[in-house]
Formats: sequence, C-alpha cells, structure tokens
Amino acid sequence: MTVANHQALKAVFQRIREQADQRKTADTDGAVPKITIGMATCGIAAGAIETKQTFEQALAERRVEAQIYTVGCIGHCYAEPVVIIDHPDSGFAPIFYHNVTAGKAKMLVRQFLIEGDPCFEHIYGAMETNEMIPSVTEFDRFNQEVRVVMEKCGHINPEEIDDYLVSGGYSGLAQALQMAPEDIVAAIQHAGLRGRGGAGFSTGRKWALAREAESLEKVVICNADEGDPGAYMDRTIIESNPHQVLEGMAICARAVGAHQGIIYVRAEYPLAVKIMTRAIAQAETMGILGRHIFETDFNFRIKLFQGSGAFVCGEETGMIRSIEGYRGMPQHRPPYPVVNGLKGQPTVINNVKTLACVPPIIEKGYSWFRSIGTEESPGTAIFSVVGDVVHAGLVEIPMGVTLRELIFDICGGIPNQKAFKAVQIGGPSGGCLPAAFLDTPIDFDSLTQAGAMMGSGGMVVMDEDTCVADVSRYFLDFTQNESCGKCTFCRIGTRHLLDILERITKGEGQDDDLQRLQDLSLDIKKGSLCGLGKTAPNPILTSIRYFKEDYDAHLKEGRCPGLVCRPLIAYYIDLDKCARGCDACVGCCPTNAVFTTSTRKKGIDQQLCVKCGECVVACPPEYDAVRKVSPPHLVPAIERPAQPENAEDA
Amino acid sequence: MPTITVNGQSIEAQSGMSLLQACLEKGIFIPNLCYLKAMTEPPASCRLCFVEIEGQPDPVAACTITVADGLVVSTDTSAVRQLQRTALQLLLSVHDIDCKNCPANKQCALQDLAKFLKVPLKNKPTETYLREPAIDETHPHLTYYPNRCILCGKCIYVCQTRHGQSSLSFAKRGFDTVISFYGALEIDQQACDDCQQCAQVCPVGALVMKSG
Repeated sequence: MTVANHQALKAVFQRIREQADQRKTADTDGAVPKITIGMATCGIAAGAIETKQTFEQALAERRVEAQIYTVGCIGHCYAEPVVIIDHPDSGFAPIFYHNVTAGKAKMLVRQFLIEGDPCFEHIYGAMETNEMIPSVTEFDRFNQEVRVVMEKCGHINPEEIDDYLVSGGYSGLAQALQMAPEDIVAAIQHAGLRGRGGAGFSTGRKWALAREAESLEKVVICNADEGDPGAYMDRTIIESNPHQVLEGMAICARAVGAHQGIIYVRAEYPLAVKIMTRAIAQAETMGILGRHIFETDFNFRIKLFQGSGAFVCGEETGMIRSIEGYRGMPQHRPPYPVVNGLKGQPTVINNVKTLACVPPIIEKGYSWFRSIGTEESPGTAIFSVVGDVVHAGLVEIPMGVTLRELIFDICGGIPNQKAFKAVQIGGPSGGCLPAAFLDTPIDFDSLTQAGAMMGSGGMVVMDEDTCVADVSRYFLDFTQNESCGKCTFCRIGTRHLLDILERITKGEGQDDDLQRLQDLSLDIKKGSLCGLGKTAPNPILTSIRYFKEDYDAHLKEGRCPGLVCRPLIAYYIDLDKCARGCDACVGCCPTNAVFTTSTRKKGIDQQLCVKCGECVVACPPEYDAVRKVSPPHLVPAIERPAQPENAEDA
Repeated sequence: MPTITVNGQSIEAQSGMSLLQACLEKGIFIPNLCYLKAMTEPPASCRLCFVEIEGQPDPVAACTITVADGLVVSTDTSAVRQLQRTALQLLLSVHDIDCKNCPANKQCALQDLAKFLKVPLKNKPTETYLREPAIDETHPHLTYYPNRCILCGKCIYVCQTRHGQSSLSFAKRGFDTVISFYGALEIDQQACDDCQQCAQVCPVGALVMKSG
C-alpha cells in the first residue's frame, strides 16, 4: 500500500469514527441520569431483565427522565444484577450497586433519582475516587485486575458498533492495514502472545506458519466452542464486546492472507450468537468487514457457525470436520490445520481471548503487552473463578499473580470460615492443586509444571467439604460422555477409569485400584489420538499425586474425608444440641427416617435414611444438631423407642 | 527411494508410503486393525500400530508417518508393547468372547493379535462391558453385532469408496458408538447392492450377510 493509500485509509477511518461520535452524542443527553445495567447471560440469570423492566416502569410512572443503558458483563458475577447509576445532579460520583432486585430498582428511582439520596446501605462502591463514598478502585477485586481483553466489557453496549468505535475500537485494524502483513506477524511474535485456548502455543508462530503456507485461500477460525464445566470466559467476552474479537480476526486475516473467517460458537450460547450475528452485520454495513474494508483492497468476510454441543469439537481437527459437515471426530496431527485445515486450506484457529488480545497489541505496541505479565507468558490471564469462593466471577489478572493472591485477595477467599482444600484449573483436562501450590505463579509453564494446566480459564475453588476422588469421578464422567468414540484408549479406557473411580467412591475399591488407575491413565495419555484423550486422565493423576490420603481413606478405611460420598457417610442428631419438641427435621425427611426419642428429641433411623441431607438444611441454625460422619459406623446408637403407642407422640 | 532402518535392518521404501505399509510389505509385522493400504488418510483410531522412532520421546502410530530417508525405527520395544497390549486388552474388554460361535473364528484379527502380543483372550484383568442390544437386524442384507465390533471403520471406508456415499456410518458417541445404517431401507433401493464388501473387510465378524 502506498503512502497516498495510507492517507486515504486514515481519512476513511476518521470519517467512520466521527460519524459514530455524532450519532452517540445525538443519542445521549448529558444532563439526565444514566442507569447502566449488566445484561450478559450471568446478569440475566440473576434477574437483570426484571430489574431493567422495573426501572423502565418506575421511570415512566414517576415521570423521571433517565437513560437506561445496557452493557455486557463487568465480571462481578457474585454481585449480579449489577447496576451503575450516574446521577450528575446529585453531586455523587457514578455508583455501583450490587444485587439490584426489582424492589431495589424501585427504591433507587424514588430515593436516589428523585430525592437525591443514594441509599448508602445498598451501595457497593463509587466508580471513581471521591470524598463521600469509598471507591471500588480501592478494593482488591478491582485494583489488582489488569484488563486487556476485558477493558471495555461492561462499559459499552455490545449491540452497538458505535460504542466500540467511540471507545477507540477498530483503530488496531486501521493501523494493521497500514502495516505490511509480515510486520503484523512479527509484532505478535515479539509480543510473545500465547494461545489462550489452553496449550499456550505461540500465536505469532502459528500465524507465521499460516502466512508461509502456499494457498490461494486461507481461513481464520475463532474457537468459541467453550465447554469446560464452570468456564464461561469466551461467552462473556462475546456477549460483552464482540467487536474486539472481530477486529482481532480481521487483523489475523490480514496478517496471514485469509479472506474468510468463521466463528465456531456453541448453539447453547443463544445470547452470544445473537450479539455476534448483529455485530458482524453492523461491521459489514459500515465497511469494516466484508469487501473493501475501509475502502482498501482488503476483503474479509466472517460467518458464524453454531456447534451442536460436542465438547470434542473444541479440538481443532474435530472442529474442522464439524464445519465441513462430518461427524466431529478429531484427526491425527500433523498435518496441522495451519498447513492443511478446512477443506485442505491453511487454517488458523485461535481462541476468543487470543484474538481479543490482538487489537490492543497492534494499537499499543508489543512492548506494552510485554510489560504486562511474565517473561515467558506476557499479557493477562482470564479466569472464571467459581466454586467455594466469596467473589466468584470473571477476573483478568496479569500473568504471574499467584493462586493465593487470586483466590484470597482478589476473589475474597473461601466463604463460611471453611478451609481451602484444592483448586481445579484447566477443567477436565487440568489438574487439582493442593494448598502447597497456592504460591505458584499463574502462567503457562508454572501451572504445567505443577501438573495442572492453564486451560482455557476455568478455575474451580474447593473447600474442605470436597472429596477429591469424587471430583475426579465427576470429571471422568464428563470426558467419558464427551469422548467422540473414535480411538480405543479414550473410548474404552476412560470408561474403565470411571468404573474404578465409581467403585472407590462407593467404598467398594480394591487393593490395586490406585495402581490400576495410574497405569491405565499413563497409557491413555500416551496412546490417545487427540488432546481430549491425552489430557482426560490429568485430574486423576494430579489428585492421586497430591491427595493420595483421600483415596487411601476411601480404600482402606471406608471413609470419605470430605463427607461427600453417600455410601460412606451417615447422618445422626446430636442429642446435646437437639431441642426438645422441635419437629423441623421431621417433615422434610422423604423417607420418614426421623423418629422421636424417649426424651422427645430426634433420632435418625439409619436403615431408612437415604442421606439426602435435607434435615441439615431444615434444622434451625440456633440448634445446628444434625451431624455427618464417615465411615457410617461412627454413628452413635440412638434407640428408636418401640412403636409409639401413646397418642402424644403419634 | 528413502532408506529406513527398522529393528536394525535397512529397508528401502517407496516414497510417500506410510511407515506401517513399508514395514508390512517387508514382512515386519506391526499390529494394526483400522488400516487399509488404499487409505490416503488413515484414521489412526485403533491405536495399535505404535513404533518408536529415534529422536521422538513417545511411541507414535506408524500409519501416520510417511517414510523419510534415515528414519530409525524400532517395532518391538517395551514401551510399544505396553501400549499395544493395553489397547488390545481394552478392545477385548468390550468384546463378546464367544469364538466358537463366531464366523470369524480362526480368521479373526483379535485372535491373531492376542497370540502375537501374548495377551490372553479370557481371564482379562479388567471388567467386561457389553452393549445392548447385542444384535442389530435393521439392515436388509446385514446383521450387525456391536459386541464383536472394534469400530475400526473399514466397512465405512470400503462402502464409501465403492458407492461414493457410505450407507454405513458411526452413530452415537463415546463408549456408545456403534456402526449404524441410516435409512437402511431407502439406501437398500439406492446404494446398497448387496456387494458384501463390508462384511468381507470386517476383521472380527461383526457384520455378517443375512443370506450367508
């Protein structure tokens, strides 16, 4: 491209941006209060639609002028529905409210918007530093995050391309179009960007291979087939800022010489599909995607492909087969897709987060990206932190932060004064790490060394009431169900692993079961065809390595240390705590196992008890009399009186 | 022509040929179940044709390797045998071992491999899982026995090659995977001309012609 062309491109981009700016300014009336509501799937699940409707109704009823602005997810899933109210006339900085139910919404309209009282007891924090309200920026959950991918998430309306443009979007693409394709690849290589889908392969290297591959047609695929249990990073990013992903794809296409792009997204993500479809259409209408992008000779069309929910289609070759219309079964690599991919064409497959890292790298330069994170793993990591943790949600942190900082500082630690037991990283392909690894820095290599893996970003925190053998069983059940059935080791081997684990968690384990689990696991790792099988035994191998005493307790003592495995536990009622005459646990028992003792307290008939745990829930907290023990024979004998004959007991 | 070394023996192979084919043609047996010579992209799904190649840390499937000059290959190391035995044991753990009532008796690939790898057919160290129903009679010409089938896919391949479109296919997934006949009746009128190739290529007697 010549210098004159660069000038023209800049002018075109400038024009598009200014037009967006004008439309936005016309839209927003600076003086009225602005109510921002998080409306990604997490928000909606927590009731954001009702919250929004209530705001609309209340504003209309009370004739209050305010603008309702819907955004994606800000990452604070524990606080959903999240609402931020910017009420300039009140003199307060924009305020972050958490758990805004319909009732709170009504109250905020009346008290804050009309009367100017921000309802201090319901405030989570102010969005900016000010003198009246503590600012969220002082909280660990906010100030330890560094946002590269999620910078705009929760701040812009994902359904309006203007919002993205006004906040600086697509300038990376405009810049990339003024660079030689080799220089784009070089920039990504210098940035040290590694694939965020799990394995951490160098993105620049992948692009270079695709660029070198000789072919008339090349393809860029965005892998949004997120399927790890408990992981929802990709969904949230698409639902909150789809254009950053599209921009990353376009830059990638420019770099490797591709003209067609495909986003492979799960059909189970209807909102992500809807938002992404709209984003593609808007970008095409504005000349940002499609033919003659920014009026240059660069063409790139993106189509959306909905996967039908097979976990194995997240594997590159399985995904390609699926797009081609075949059964989603992985194929042997090499040849790798960058050489021989979709319909034989060189194909770059990158994860959503990897692609979303690209625009900021081009815009701000690779040394900026390298300044974040560690030497070998530059940039940030995004985790969906779930499980036994106070502040669950989506967190973006610089690589190198330790697990302890992430779990205890940023995410608030373990609730209910319980002790930390394990953290499962990398989903069904990852590993379970014990407390001894809490000071491990989070980066690709340290986690792999510890026996877990970065994975795509699922992190499940587990407290002391967790049975590690049962967790392994859960993950094996998952991989066993999701195996495509092609290769022997994964198809049949994982079934045997699951069978042994089920036996152990029932207390029927055999002496050599641990050895058999380990031997078979190692063979499956070496023998399987694709990544699914090769990593499926990881949860077993790490949990045996770090929590062998848990397995031993099951095998040798018939005891479940986490008090989880039903056949190995029993419930009884502590007579010292049980309140005379209280009947709370009687009605909830589905099998009538609760009886009244001669002292008018309660006992549990172990023969009838199905260990559902309902009595624990029903017992009033001031008594807290129901106890759980393992092994079951530790239950103290509580005599059931002979069949009640007197009318009082009946 | 590339020259490779297999178990210390120097072999000339045709260029472009798979390592598995090159060895088999020179009489060096490598266990395999899902490979056919004509396949350009072998499925590599049976996970039996493992060999060790100098410079690679773990055994690799020989059907996926194209011969290259100077390859140094071992087919009989303990790591290779370990994986092969485990794979065969896994296949046997879902196999209905009733050899004397099976048409493939004495010409069965599993029997041959068990003998070669010294894996007992019975007294396996693992549980056996059999599938239901044990017999699928939906196809007009074929009877399918899921508990004999090793899911090598050879039947699908030969049907596809002969008819341009296979009337057999994998169905279900994971452990439940079986060979299935989509719309068997319509296909009967269109494609399946009773050519018997699928039954002939089946290494374990899982597909049997109804007439025979």
